[in-house]
Amino acid sequence: MDPNLQALLASLIDGLMLGFIYGIAAMGLTLIFGVMRVVNLSHGAVIALGMFGVYIGTTSFGLNPYLSLVLVLVLGLGFGIVMYFVSIHRVIDAPELTTLLATYAVDLMIIGLGTAAFTTTQRAVDVNLGTFQAGAITILGTRVAAALIAGLMTAGLYLFLYRTHIGKSIRAVANNRSAAELMGINTTWVLALSFGIGIMLAAVSGGLIATILSFTILSGSAFQLKSFVIVVLGGLGNPTGALLGGIILGLLEGLIPVIRLPLIGSIPFGWVPVIEYVIFVMILLVRPKGLLGARA
Amino acid sequence: MKTLQSRYLWIVLLIIALVGLMPIVLNSPTMREEVFLILMLIVLASSVNIIMGYTGYVSFGHIVFFGLGGYVAFYLMQTFQVHLVLAAIAGGLVASAFAFLLGTPVLRLRGAYFALATIGINEAVRTFVNNFEPFGGSVGMFFNFSVYDAYGGAANALWFTYYALIVVTLLTIAASFWIKKSKFGLGLMAIREDQDAAQVLGINAARYKVLAFTASAFFSGAVGALFFFKNGIIEPNIAFDLLRSIEGLVMVMLGGFGTVIGPVIGAAVYELLRSTLITAPPLNLGFTTINFSNFHLFITGFLLLLIVLFITTGAVGLLRQRVPVLRRYLE
Repeated sequence: MDPNLQALLASLIDGLMLGFIYGIAAMGLTLIFGVMRVVNLSHGAVIALGMFGVYIGTTSFGLNPYLSLVLVLVLGLGFGIVMYFVSIHRVIDAPELTTLLATYAVDLMIIGLGTAAFTTTQRAVDVNLGTFQAGAITILGTRVAAALIAGLMTAGLYLFLYRTHIGKSIRAVANNRSAAELMGINTTWVLALSFGIGIMLAAVSGGLIATILSFTILSGSAFQLKSFVIVVLGGLGNPTGALLGGIILGLLEGLIPVIRLPLIGSIPFGWVPVIEYVIFVMILLVRPKGLLGARA
Repeated sequence: MKTLQSRYLWIVLLIIALVGLMPIVLNSPTMREEVFLILMLIVLASSVNIIMGYTGYVSFGHIVFFGLGGYVAFYLMQTFQVHLVLAAIAGGLVASAFAFLLGTPVLRLRGAYFALATIGINEAVRTFVNNFEPFGGSVGMFFNFSVYDAYGGAANALWFTYYALIVVTLLTIAASFWIKKSKFGLGLMAIREDQDAAQVLGINAARYKVLAFTASAFFSGAVGALFFFKNGIIEPNIAFDLLRSIEGLVMVMLGGFGTVIGPVIGAAVYELLRSTLITAPPLNLGFTTINFSNFHLFITGFLLLLIVLFITTGAVGLLRQRVPVLRRYLE
């Protein structure tokens, strides 16, 4: 095969897999925004906690990383529900600034404690699932596993939101909270549960990232910013859009460094985030409802 | 001008000037560094307060103006040996121009969308400067020591920067007060309370908002120039640090949203608290030692959460609520 095409294909597959993982972090963010109009600024810190959850599970308790991931999922859900009652519930009807600052306060607390406990040294989880060979392209097993898990989580969330009773309540609350309350839905619990699920998705994506990349306690903020970009691409409050946004972002990251443009030639890797953020601002200005438009 | 007749404004300016004079009288460079930081944060918090407190638009990425002003001034001083005062004015003007150009489209967004857009702008500029070779890319720029010769050596240059900062601080407070008391400020506050109603009453909301954004960017840009001149080095991750941006919002919330004196108190209290925590000796509890320097972020976050949940109006707002007499004096 032509080596250029081969590099392109490898980047395409890599980008697609990363996109799924970015996608579930962003789904958490967009679910929280869609249901309660809260932009969760502690998302990055929770992603970092998810990373360290898997790290501690494997290094301190000798668990399988994917078993640790299940623990991270359960703990993430619980942590999110507690966080809702501590930091959000009191100010749920206040202007957006209040909830932005409340979640940011939680972010500072997590990062402060995390830095004290883990310092900012680089860590990595040691997992090896071998490699897959497709023609001349080599794909790491851990990446495939991470993308598969992310895909399953997405499908699970979709089924939960559209096929179960509780999922329907969540969508009802997102649509119109007072009307949902009049229909006999306990909105407080629905809000707490949605927040819990959002935080859980962030923690799991952090855990998945930990199996493929090295990280520090501060790594979460980069993924939080990526989640913002994705969420805006897909439309704030639209979980299915987040998956699309994630895949677009993953593909952009994979493809931009390998494509060759006439006149300019190749774009250095450092320019990728510049392009991402410019797209982010442009979409906010031109199509604030996202590429798909917001749906509850 | 009516503003100049206000005794309140003069008292505030006098207090700031007295605090600013202390390191000069005592001739203490260590104290100067501490007060420098406090005055700089007062300027940053007051400038973000113009758009956030008066107008109700929460600019999360406001630090972009600080960094941009710093970079432009640094470039002028290093490449063309421009004097600090001119470079700081140029830095402020470029930041203002940037705010003016961006303001028209960005200020159409409301609430969370605006906040996200300002974060995006800051990150776009940060990553851009990271790759922009004339500004030194990710390494940034640093001064040749000879730059300080024009000011009579490095030690004198630091004192000179400090005097300039006192002037900028006083100007910022005066401008903040003037805006609040003017018809323009009244319009901004009407936009904050209900933009649609304000427009119906004949306020050109789009123009008012852009002007407020432009004005607030100027002070952030000018103070950025002074800060990085003093540092002698500038790099993208420090110039466009989102954490510092959000710290500015914390200071405004801590002191009191939409008041003139609130950001001043908030900035001073925040910085004193931070420096105390960072330099505090470790507390030995016998079974464990607590090192406060690691915990300053945690304590900041905890304080912020308490303020957000229980004292939404900040210290000044709380005083105004509880002690009605003070309402006439505290602005």
